[in-house]
Amino acid sequence: MRVLMFGWEFPPHIAGGLGTACYGMTQGLARNDVEVIFVMPKASGDEDQSFVKVVNASDIEARYCDSSIEGADDIMRKISFIHIDSNMVPYISPEEWATYREGYERTGKKFWERQGDSWTQRYTFSGKYGANIMEEVARYAVVAAEVARQLEGQFDVIHAHDWLTYYAGIAAKRVSGKPLVVHMHATSFDRSSSDNIDTRVYEIERGGMAAADMVIAVSNLTRNIVINKYNIEPEKVVAVHNAVQFAENDNPLPVRGVDDKIVTFLGRITFQKGPDYFIEAAAKVLKRVPNVRFVMAGSGDMMNHCIRRAAQLGISDRFHFTGFLKGDDVQKMFQLSDVYVMPSVSEPFGISPLEAMRSNVPTIISKQSGVAEVLDYAVKVDYWDVDAMADAIYGLITYPALAKMFSEKGMEEVNSLKWFNAATKIKDVYQQAIDKCK
Amino acid sequence: MKTVCFYFQVHQPWRLKTYRFFQMGNDHNYLDDFTNRAIMQKVARECYLPMNALLLSLIEENKGKIKCSFSITGSAVEQFKAYAPEVLESFKRLAETGCVEFLGETYSHSLSSLYSVDEFKQEVKLHTQMLKEEFGVKPTAFRNTELIYSDEIAKAVEDMGFKTMLAEGAKHILGWKSPNFLYSDAADNKLRLLLRNYKLSDDIAFRFSNEGWPEWPLTADKFAQWVAEENGDVVNLFMDYETFGEHQKASTGIFDFMKALPAALLDKGVEFATVSEASKRLQPVAVLHCPYAMSWADEERDVTAWLGNDLQNEAFSKLYALAPKVKKAKNRDFEYVWHFMQNSDHFYYMATKWFSDGDVHSYFNPYGSAYEAFINYMNVLADFEIELNKLQ
Repeated sequence: MRVLMFGWEFPPHIAGGLGTACYGMTQGLARNDVEVIFVMPKASGDEDQSFVKVVNASDIEARYCDSSIEGADDIMRKISFIHIDSNMVPYISPEEWATYREGYERTGKKFWERQGDSWTQRYTFSGKYGANIMEEVARYAVVAAEVARQLEGQFDVIHAHDWLTYYAGIAAKRVSGKPLVVHMHATSFDRSSSDNIDTRVYEIERGGMAAADMVIAVSNLTRNIVINKYNIEPEKVVAVHNAVQFAENDNPLPVRGVDDKIVTFLGRITFQKGPDYFIEAAAKVLKRVPNVRFVMAGSGDMMNHCIRRAAQLGISDRFHFTGFLKGDDVQKMFQLSDVYVMPSVSEPFGISPLEAMRSNVPTIISKQSGVAEVLDYAVKVDYWDVDAMADAIYGLITYPALAKMFSEKGMEEVNSLKWFNAATKIKDVYQQAIDKCK
Repeated sequence: MKTVCFYFQVHQPWRLKTYRFFQMGNDHNYLDDFTNRAIMQKVARECYLPMNALLLSLIEENKGKIKCSFSITGSAVEQFKAYAPEVLESFKRLAETGCVEFLGETYSHSLSSLYSVDEFKQEVKLHTQMLKEEFGVKPTAFRNTELIYSDEIAKAVEDMGFKTMLAEGAKHILGWKSPNFLYSDAADNKLRLLLRNYKLSDDIAFRFSNEGWPEWPLTADKFAQWVAEENGDVVNLFMDYETFGEHQKASTGIFDFMKALPAALLDKGVEFATVSEASKRLQPVAVLHCPYAMSWADEERDVTAWLGNDLQNEAFSKLYALAPKVKKAKNRDFEYVWHFMQNSDHFYYMATKWFSDGDVHSYFNPYGSAYEAFINYMNVLADFEIELNKLQ
């Protein structure tokens, strides 16, 4: 089986969990005898390509303008289908646009109908989550169609990750006629509170899932959101839990500077991650036990709010902020921790507790996270229940037997979560999608 | 006969290096040696050395008619010794002329007066010792960090044997009254108060090089005329010493202005006096009530530049909560850290009031934001506490 996969990022150039998940997934698929062609904007060339072929969308010449090429009209028609608040598809400067428009008025010919290779153009994608992301999403779709045309006959199914690539997936499906599987790693409802979602993104997500033959959700939590809030037919949606793949950790154990127990929050400091509940719980614990320190690692739009809150509660001497951690420091932070807490308000899956468990750290996770569905050896609390959270923290730092059990059993559990198994399920979904299209 | 009283504040904080959570417990070297040395040597080159040389020559030329007062913090002296010993030597030469008075203050340019009388007195005692060792003088006049003043602080200062204290001529305290007279404290009228003439002081310290100011360019004659025209007995020109060559660069002509000013003032019949001389020469005209702390900073002339938000209050209370432990430890190394952690500047960096005085704040601030300053400070403080606890 061969799959054409559209992603937005891939290690080592990643901004979030999506790239890491794609990496593990493609590796698992390769072991399941699935060939993957991975398309992403702005590939840098140093991605690990031993088991996956990475196509840099910026290198594809999209000859959208040459109407003599079969399907070019069709591509343009699909672009018009993409509802983006931008006339700049394809992206041109205002001056160029004015020139083209003049030409159109004079000759009645659209600029992309002109002949010759001179109009062959390459798009350069920034590949980042920037202000012009909607434009990039649309441009990515243009290129995706071209990729699908050029690779015709080389793939059996299309797989698109997250809303950023859904238009690309749809365009590729239109051009090639192959089945489309879209993968929901997160929903708009996880990115902000439910009454304040980005409706443009919501529409892209809904459109992508509606157009897809099958939808993969990273947890039942996400599957329920997809069914209830996006009105997608339940039969079409399958939950496949993420797995986790660890790089060999050969870092020496960091020197521990403080004797106190360390309780860690690691992630973006944003509303979705529930950092303020962590602070409230910390204040409760500190009232009882003196020999504990709390660390909030990461950065985000709620960081200053959190610093102020910790100061108000008078716990800043025992509540530390590290700022954004990169590279080895993340691992170091896990290794220094005695308890890891993920109090997410809404977390489609949540890979960080698995990384903590892998470092032998007992973990507390919110019931509102997808990862809670697959873990037994993690304390689960409601994100808003700061008393329960404080209780769990207190227990894990005060009773060594409890911490030992969670740490040992947790390690076993996390080691059993293999991408190979997840990839097997994904392969089944591919098969269903192919069967559907027959 | 009108008197003019110049007082210059000399202070450099010990700046902390970027100190991360991971260093806690492992790294007890908190200072940014490079920045501290670079700044000290730059200010020495541009301000302390040329201005001291200028003052020395003016004093010698005018045979004792030119006088001024200095307040030099312990933190500044420590840094002179470490990075620019020639600056300390030049201050000693000024001390030898007998025309320069050195004022008492807190050793670390600290906010201890807002915490407790005990801690405050200890800081002042240490500073007095330093003055004796370095300059062989015993101060009789006092100036508190950033001219922070209240009735309560005045009482503590008087208890320590000081006869005179400096304060801001703040409008909200003075009302219709003029700062150009001698005042006395509210409790028992024994402590004499000299109040800063902020208008004329800031004409030099802030407005001198401002080309948008209608009075620009400021000449020595013009300024001397203003001083002579002021009502009252004494015009108190209090400012940071770094005004000369640092805040007002040499290219603005500030040194030429200061070189010409004494002659211009003497011409107009204005006499120079040190703080204590002015205080002895005059009689207090009224008492000054100041139940809440005021300072010379910002529009508000209060202490909100250092203790105005949750971050600052938290850092302040967590710092001074360690005071008993430091006292108990009786360890020179810990006392050294204890003092530089009290530099009021650390709290200034955590200020979040960036309106009218934001420029002044950001000029002095090595941090990107108040939050960064707070995190860094608290990290250092946490490590300091861990080490302190090991001693107990």
